[in-house]
Amino acid sequence: MGEVNMNNAVEVTAPVASSDAARETKFHTRGVQVFYGEKQALFDVDLDIYENEVTALIGPSGCGKSTYLRTLNRMNDTIDICRVKGAIELDGTDIYSGSIDVVHLRARVGMVFQKPNPFPKSIYENIAYGPRIHGIATSKDDIDRIVEESLIKASLWEEVKDRLDEPGTGLSGGQQQRLCIARAIAVQPEVILMDEPCSALDPIATARIEELIDELRDNFTIVIVTHSMQQAARVSQRTAFFHLGDLVEVGETGKIFTTPQDQRTQDYITGRFG
Amino acid sequence: MTDAVMTEMQSSNQTRRERAANASEAVRRGLKKRYAAEARFRAYGIGAVGIALACIVVLFTTIISSGLPAFTETTITLNVELKQEDIDPEGTRDASTLINANYRKLVFDTLRAEFPDVTKRRDKRALTAILSSGAAYQVQQAVVEDPSLIGQTVTFELPVSADFDLYEKGVINKKTAEADRRVSDQQMAWFDTLEERGLIETGFNTTFFTHADSREPELAGILGATMGSLFTMLVTLALSFPIGVCAAVYLEEFAPKNRLTQIIEVNINNLAAVPSIVFGLLGLAVFINFFGLPRSAPLVGGMVLALMTLPTIIIASRAALKAVPPSIREAALGLGASRMQVVTHHVLPLAMPGILTGTIIGMAQALGETAPLLMIGMVAFIVDIPGGITDPATVLPVQVYLWADSPERAFVARTSAAIMILLTFLIFMNALAVVLRKKFERRW
Repeated sequence: MGEVNMNNAVEVTAPVASSDAARETKFHTRGVQVFYGEKQALFDVDLDIYENEVTALIGPSGCGKSTYLRTLNRMNDTIDICRVKGAIELDGTDIYSGSIDVVHLRARVGMVFQKPNPFPKSIYENIAYGPRIHGIATSKDDIDRIVEESLIKASLWEEVKDRLDEPGTGLSGGQQQRLCIARAIAVQPEVILMDEPCSALDPIATARIEELIDELRDNFTIVIVTHSMQQAARVSQRTAFFHLGDLVEVGETGKIFTTPQDQRTQDYITGRFG
Repeated sequence: MTDAVMTEMQSSNQTRRERAANASEAVRRGLKKRYAAEARFRAYGIGAVGIALACIVVLFTTIISSGLPAFTETTITLNVELKQEDIDPEGTRDASTLINANYRKLVFDTLRAEFPDVTKRRDKRALTAILSSGAAYQVQQAVVEDPSLIGQTVTFELPVSADFDLYEKGVINKKTAEADRRVSDQQMAWFDTLEERGLIETGFNTTFFTHADSREPELAGILGATMGSLFTMLVTLALSFPIGVCAAVYLEEFAPKNRLTQIIEVNINNLAAVPSIVFGLLGLAVFINFFGLPRSAPLVGGMVLALMTLPTIIIASRAALKAVPPSIREAALGLGASRMQVVTHHVLPLAMPGILTGTIIGMAQALGETAPLLMIGMVAFIVDIPGGITDPATVLPVQVYLWADSPERAFVARTSAAIMILLTFLIFMNALAVVLRKKFERRW
């Protein structure tokens, strides 16, 4: 099934909502192809990601949604055999052109991973690390402030304010994931990428993270990969459906889940495969 | 459903039940045999552990029982009259006069004074054989250090010679025919007399811990070899740890995975299996003959042992680096840390316990290594305690080898004592490795 289906990406022409008039493109990607050695994992993905919105990437396992997400902050660079082709622009600058340094890019585009991965250090140090290496804050007061703000934004402050010196790895799974979100926020990125952030969490912790994502939307652009269609429906404004390395369909979340244009999207959201 | 089908299904049900019953029966029949095999295997295992433990117990009891006597020494208490006319007749207190005075005669005369009836020249010589040749040296040291002692009568606790030390400890005794032992009946009688007069004492052997090697067993000590080992280990650690860790970090974190790095990896593993004496020859050819570094020196010894330890450290460090979960690297990279920062801030600290354990095990190996050091001349007989990495020195295992090779009977105990000290260091280092591992073990 290696056929390239360029014309399958159907942009749903949704009626423009009032808030959409002002929305700006954060990521502008055209013809993104990713290869792992000889194997092609993504075929000509054209996708725009808008500012201060949550964009959900859904699709069955192995469809390339995580691969796409990882091209946005060049995390694929760490894989030796991985090659990326196509244009990926952040605010009009091609992030693969060399005009933007990868370290700088990752400071602007933060990431939260599938499995909570706090550093085996104190809660405080987990958050202070990013600002410190980027030189965003140098004085103790500034760092204290950033730690507190980030934890408040990640709605973790009340639970941990009395034990900032305890190891981050000692928190519960949901708390660890919020700590990772706080750690990403502390660098003050423009975009936060989330790679199935709730797949290792129980429903209660998931609900808290989803609430949090909704709050963060005001300040950040969020791209989230999820396996749960309910989650995509709950948290996102736009949804992109990937299948076998193709971007099949992208549009307003409501439209995608109610009136999908493509048969494959229809099949997936109704549970026929995936 | 037709009757035919029904019957067929019934009959197939029948056969299925029969088959299940047969299988169950087969399992039941085999059970006894299986459990017997398990019991036998356990017995073999316990036997193997038991044999290993027994060997260790035998080894340790032999070493300790034969080494313990070396920790005590026999001394004779003599009141030596330090007469002005014997030591410094002109009263100049000149250093060379003080050093060159005949202290031997002084000490011998003092001992002879205990037995005025011994007059024959031969008997006199037999009598003074009780004293160690180090006795006169000890008196000399005291006088040179404090010339005001001259003119006084000073009480010295002087070492007896090794043969009489062994007689005191009961290793040499009258059960052996007189011709077959180094202490004659007459000498034994004199020694017993001295003992009756309360002049003979046995105490803790400080000489053993404060002296370097000597031809006289009673004057030989382990300090020279210990210091030699210490300096050698310092050089080894200073070279092999940074080089090994850098190589491991580069290979594991930065190097591209291609044919060249694969070849390097295979070769490092091969290097770990190269016989140590080959490293010694290499050190002799390159470090001493080509670069002209001093022979018998801890500097060269340390360099050779560093070569030998490198593969161990590299392999252990790479394993430790590999064990750091990739999620930690991703977390740091995702925050915008550079690859160098990922390594120095996160990966290396997390891998450090494993790296340290590997290093300590490598160092323990190097501490016990003898063969390569023989090649570079660290097997020399050295009576001075080395004061630096370029002084001639020997190391603990080589000292064990040298003493084991010595004909004097008193070296038997000293060999075992040196082994005990070497083993103490090794056990201490291995315990340290375990403690470090336990202490810094992290969960994530």
